Amino acid sequence: MKTSLADIFAQHSVWRGGALVPGPGPTVPTGFAALDRELPGAGWPCGALTEILGQREGVGELQLVLPALATLSMSGRRVVWLAPPHLPYAPALAAAGVNLEHLSVVRAPGRRDGLWAAEQVLRGGGCHALLAWFHDIRYAELRRLAVAAEAGQGAFVALFRPAQAAREASPACLRIAFEPAPEGLAIRILKRRGALLAKPLGIKIERPIHAVAGNPFSTSCARGPVARPCPA
Amino acid sequence: MIACDPQAEALGVRPGMGLTAAWAFAPQLCVWPYKRAAERAALEGVAAWMCRFTPRVSLEPPQGVLAEIEGSLRLFRGTAALLERVRSGADQMGFTATLAVAPTARSAWWFASAGREALILDHAGLETALAALPVAVACDGSDVPGLLRKIGVTTIGELRGLPRDGLARRFGQALLDRLAQALGNAPEPRDFFVPPPRFAAQLELPGEVAHAEGVLFAARRLLVQLEGLLAARQAGVRRFLLVLLHRGARPSVLEVGLASPGRETERFVQLLRERLAAHALVEPVEAIRVEARDFVPLHGRTADLFSGTQSESESWARLVERLGARLGGGAVHGLGLRSEHRPERAWRPLAPGERPPPAGAGTAARPLWLVEPPRKLRERSGVPHDDGPLELLAGPERIESGWWDGGEVARDYFIARAPSAALLWVYRERGTAGAWYLHGVFA
Repeated sequence: MKTSLADIFAQHSVWRGGALVPGPGPTVPTGFAALDRELPGAGWPCGALTEILGQREGVGELQLVLPALATLSMSGRRVVWLAPPHLPYAPALAAAGVNLEHLSVVRAPGRRDGLWAAEQVLRGGGCHALLAWFHDIRYAELRRLAVAAEAGQGAFVALFRPAQAAREASPACLRIAFEPAPEGLAIRILKRRGALLAKPLGIKIERPIHAVAGNPFSTSCARGPVARPCPA
Repeated sequence: MIACDPQAEALGVRPGMGLTAAWAFAPQLCVWPYKRAAERAALEGVAAWMCRFTPRVSLEPPQGVLAEIEGSLRLFRGTAALLERVRSGADQMGFTATLAVAPTARSAWWFASAGREALILDHAGLETALAALPVAVACDGSDVPGLLRKIGVTTIGELRGLPRDGLARRFGQALLDRLAQALGNAPEPRDFFVPPPRFAAQLELPGEVAHAEGVLFAARRLLVQLEGLLAARQAGVRRFLLVLLHRGARPSVLEVGLASPGRETERFVQLLRERLAAHALVEPVEAIRVEARDFVPLHGRTADLFSGTQSESESWARLVERLGARLGGGAVHGLGLRSEHRPERAWRPLAPGERPPPAGAGTAARPLWLVEPPRKLRERSGVPHDDGPLELLAGPERIESGWWDGGEVARDYFIARAPSAALLWVYRERGTAGAWYLHGVFA
């Protein structure tokens, strides 16, 4: 029996270095063309864990997932924010095009409660995207969540973790780390289904100050006892 | 002595004995006082549960429940299947049932009270089967059986062989009437049990229980009764209470809320499990009580042609319920907009299932994270600090509002850049010594 090489590749039974292997589940477009090009399946994987690692907050890290959340929520898919570090601010979310009707916040003060809630959300169904913030989570617990994500109905699961977590092993199928960059964010893909990506990826992120004012000005205008309006 | 367990019986204790006599047989006997009210309440609980099978349920105190099932046989797929459900239900509620089916209510009750399981579906069979019953069942606890035994009559069949007029003269017309009712020769009007519009049932635990699993096990018995009552009333509940009674301490009350009205025992038990997991049992529990009121109409589920999205929203509702049971009532919420200038009031939490009202989106830049409550920042030579000096990039946006409702604010908002390149939303209180606060993060 003769089998052509093309047939074997079509079955995805042979992994070729350099090729991106689409995961088993569907994907959600990230909304950033540069990022989509580098992700297997051209988007965030569904039914698997995605880790987003970064040290600093306030550099545009939520903007990374916001286009995907807007797409999902606008098509009536439920998005759950689990144990966020601050309050997700409704006016900003609405302005970013997120349909608030399909958005829920779950507050879980304890670490164990958070893990329990994450698993419940993934297994319970009715949720298509889960954003969760865990400061400290062990490999076995991640593994458990990964299994729950696979067993569930294919939700996009983004775990936000501190940058040091990059050193630990993880069962997540996609891990990316972000750093602030002049144009927005510099993304390093630490792990994906496919070859490693050596150089960081520049992602242009919309920042509020382009929208509000032009050039930065000094702090002097706010120095007086009463702040004076500044020329914008 | 009303009842005793097999071990006591092995020592010679019999129901009907005096307490002194019983103690003479078994000095180590544990005795619990008989509570007539509790027995009545338990019987009503069973009757309410039975109402799921037929609306015609009647009490036969102290321990009998009669139900007319002929009309329900088709719905429940035959007598055998129906009896199986009754038996497993009684078992779940923690009762042992003797089930007897007969063409007349009285004869069925006679079989059951004689401790004989019977399944008699026609009148011809009824007569022969009745004939073998002991005569005591026909006499309603009077001393008639003793008299009958003296004249050599022990079974119903022998009783029927006696001349009717003599029987009526000696033992009263009532005995003959009951006999006729049992045979179906005379009508027997009965009062039907009406399931009450609220539920409260108490269960004494056999011993003190100090762990949640034991409480849950006992509570399941009561929840099965609750489900039966709700099914009988075509109703559901949004919340129920579990009261834990302790010895020498105030009872603890656990409230369990449901996202949507429901009546399934399994759902109740699951929620209660999460609720109990979050509740530390400080005192051992002696007895439990389940209370529910405010029934809302809930009809049986019909199959939905377009069931896809329906089941998804339903599974989400169940999930919210479970999360709420463990994490607390307000742990799961949605986000809604409000037309309001003050940033902390421009949103509000929505209860799960509540739809957000439409609101026009503002044009000003707002951060994705709101820091609640605002965090005070240090100020050094007029410059706010947060891990270093903040560089103000845009602003001020003046927000001055709320003098009419006590939440007055007068603030100048700026977008600031921290040394780490983070963009922050900070404000300075207007006034002479206005302090700086961090109110948001542009994440």
